[in-house]
Amino acid sequence: MKQAPILRMRRVAVHTVLGAYTLVAILPVLLIIMNSFKDRKSIFAQPLMPPDASSFSLIGYETVMRQGDFLGYFQNSLIVTVGSIFFILLFGAMAAFALTEYRFRGNIFLFLFLALGVMVPIRLGTVGILEMMAKSGLVNTLTALILVYTAQGLPLAVFVLSEFMRTVSDDLKNAGRIDGLSEYVVFFRLVLPVVRPAMATVAIFSMIPIWNDLWFPLILAPSESTKTITLGAQVFIGQFVTNWNAVLAALTLSITPVLILYVLFSRQLIRGITAGAVK
Amino acid sequence: MGSLSLQGVRKSFGDFEAIKGVDLDIPDGEFVVFVGPSGCGKSTLLRIIAGLEEHTTGHVLIDDRVVDVVPPAKRGIAMVFQTYALYPHLTARGNMELGLKQEGTPRAEISARVAEAARMLALEPLLDRRPSELSGGQRQRVAIGRAVVRKPRLFLFDEPLSNLDAGLRVNTRLEIARLRRLLKATIIYVTHDQVEAMTLADRIVVLNHGRIEQVGSPLELYRRPANLFVAGFIGSPKMNFVQGTEAETLDAHTIGIRPEHIETNLEIGHWQGEIAHIEHLGTDTYLYVDVPKIGTMTVRLDGEADYSLGSSIFLTPRRTHLHRFDASGQRIAA
Repeated sequence: MKQAPILRMRRVAVHTVLGAYTLVAILPVLLIIMNSFKDRKSIFAQPLMPPDASSFSLIGYETVMRQGDFLGYFQNSLIVTVGSIFFILLFGAMAAFALTEYRFRGNIFLFLFLALGVMVPIRLGTVGILEMMAKSGLVNTLTALILVYTAQGLPLAVFVLSEFMRTVSDDLKNAGRIDGLSEYVVFFRLVLPVVRPAMATVAIFSMIPIWNDLWFPLILAPSESTKTITLGAQVFIGQFVTNWNAVLAALTLSITPVLILYVLFSRQLIRGITAGAVK
Repeated sequence: MGSLSLQGVRKSFGDFEAIKGVDLDIPDGEFVVFVGPSGCGKSTLLRIIAGLEEHTTGHVLIDDRVVDVVPPAKRGIAMVFQTYALYPHLTARGNMELGLKQEGTPRAEISARVAEAARMLALEPLLDRRPSELSGGQRQRVAIGRAVVRKPRLFLFDEPLSNLDAGLRVNTRLEIARLRRLLKATIIYVTHDQVEAMTLADRIVVLNHGRIEQVGSPLELYRRPANLFVAGFIGSPKMNFVQGTEAETLDAHTIGIRPEHIETNLEIGHWQGEIAHIEHLGTDTYLYVDVPKIGTMTVRLDGEADYSLGSSIFLTPRRTHLHRFDASGQRIAA
């Protein structure tokens, strides 16, 4: 009983800290969304106020829709992100399965080699990548971006997924083999469903940097037809004049899909992060 | 149909030799139990028979056909695992059907076989449930059903009762014995529990450190253990071993006497000792008696024997039930 007040105090303290952090994380997003619905004058006059009847305006969204092929940019971002995630998860899971399931010479070496990428930023190789893409005629294609992002995401995927693959019951895989399932079916039907939380975690962690990336779209695919949304939003940021309405509207629009995907994945994500922490 | 033959089977993991040359013939229709302490290689041997693990040298023959490189699904075997290993995304019915579907069995035949197995194992009301909606005992019955529907040449059981609680374990053990009479199949069963081994087996194979120590019927192992290891492993409580002059007078290095083969008396006997501990089990009473120069002897008495702790007691082994072993631990024939 004596401990109860201390426990309550600790709980209050924990919640205060978490609440403060949540506020810090959410406020900028809220600010962007709020201001994207205001006219230019009130953005600067009262940046912290939510839009009211007098300041409400959709001018930003109208500009975004009118100028440039915004829907096209959106589509490009979506194709690149979804495509990259698909390949990262597919190849990452396959590599993780092979590395954990089969004993072969050089197994550990190969694992370390694949995981090494977690520590080496892929941007260091930008010049080489650009040369390679230019030679193979992939500049200004979405394929170039998908290839680069897949390479960028694989190390983390292999690393995280192999940890999870180790926990999948051997008996389950062996039962499948005795029932005549091929290694592919064992992998796709028995192992993948079990590691789904880990897949969701990897998907989110890989998705956000890909969706937000400006670097590779700018270098590898800056043409009008292959622009991604981050690159598209740059149109409104000029050297001398920036169309804030349009920028904020573009940003609001570009946040939405990530938010939706996050909500979809978050339950699995939390299970993925806490798995192993609590038995 | 369903005989198995192992010829000089060895298995190494790197430098470690898990199976050190096993030769064994199992005729059709026999229930054989592999028993041994953990790490003795019994599960590895079962996996080699199943084809889940490759053996390093030697041959495995099922029905006189060499199956060294035949994949598990083509060996005509079915296996029941300790952790049940049911497919979590399929219902009980789906679990039982999967193997047959893979073999390309006609639909009607599949339903008939599943219905028969479900009736045999009283699984009918559970067929449309997923494994997560079943209790441990029910899961294990589904796992057994999954093996039964395949009509295999060989049934392999890998410690199927270890994850069940004590009461369920007895029930499932009876279930397996009943099933065995019904199916008349060849069964290889791995366990570390000697009660399971003694009650289920036609023949027991005792393994230790990757070697077969002895093969024989349960009572053969109990009456004539081939060496010290088997003598100590089979029987509960464990056999008492005595070394030194006592053994030398009988021309042996070690003599063994089971706790149930020792007579007690308060006035006269072969050894005198002091009761160090008493365990009352109701049906039996175990006495742990400290005998000077020999050590602690375990004595098993029928019913509720009335002795007090610390009192003196005389023990006399029954001569006809003495086991003699030489310096290398091998049995000396009487």
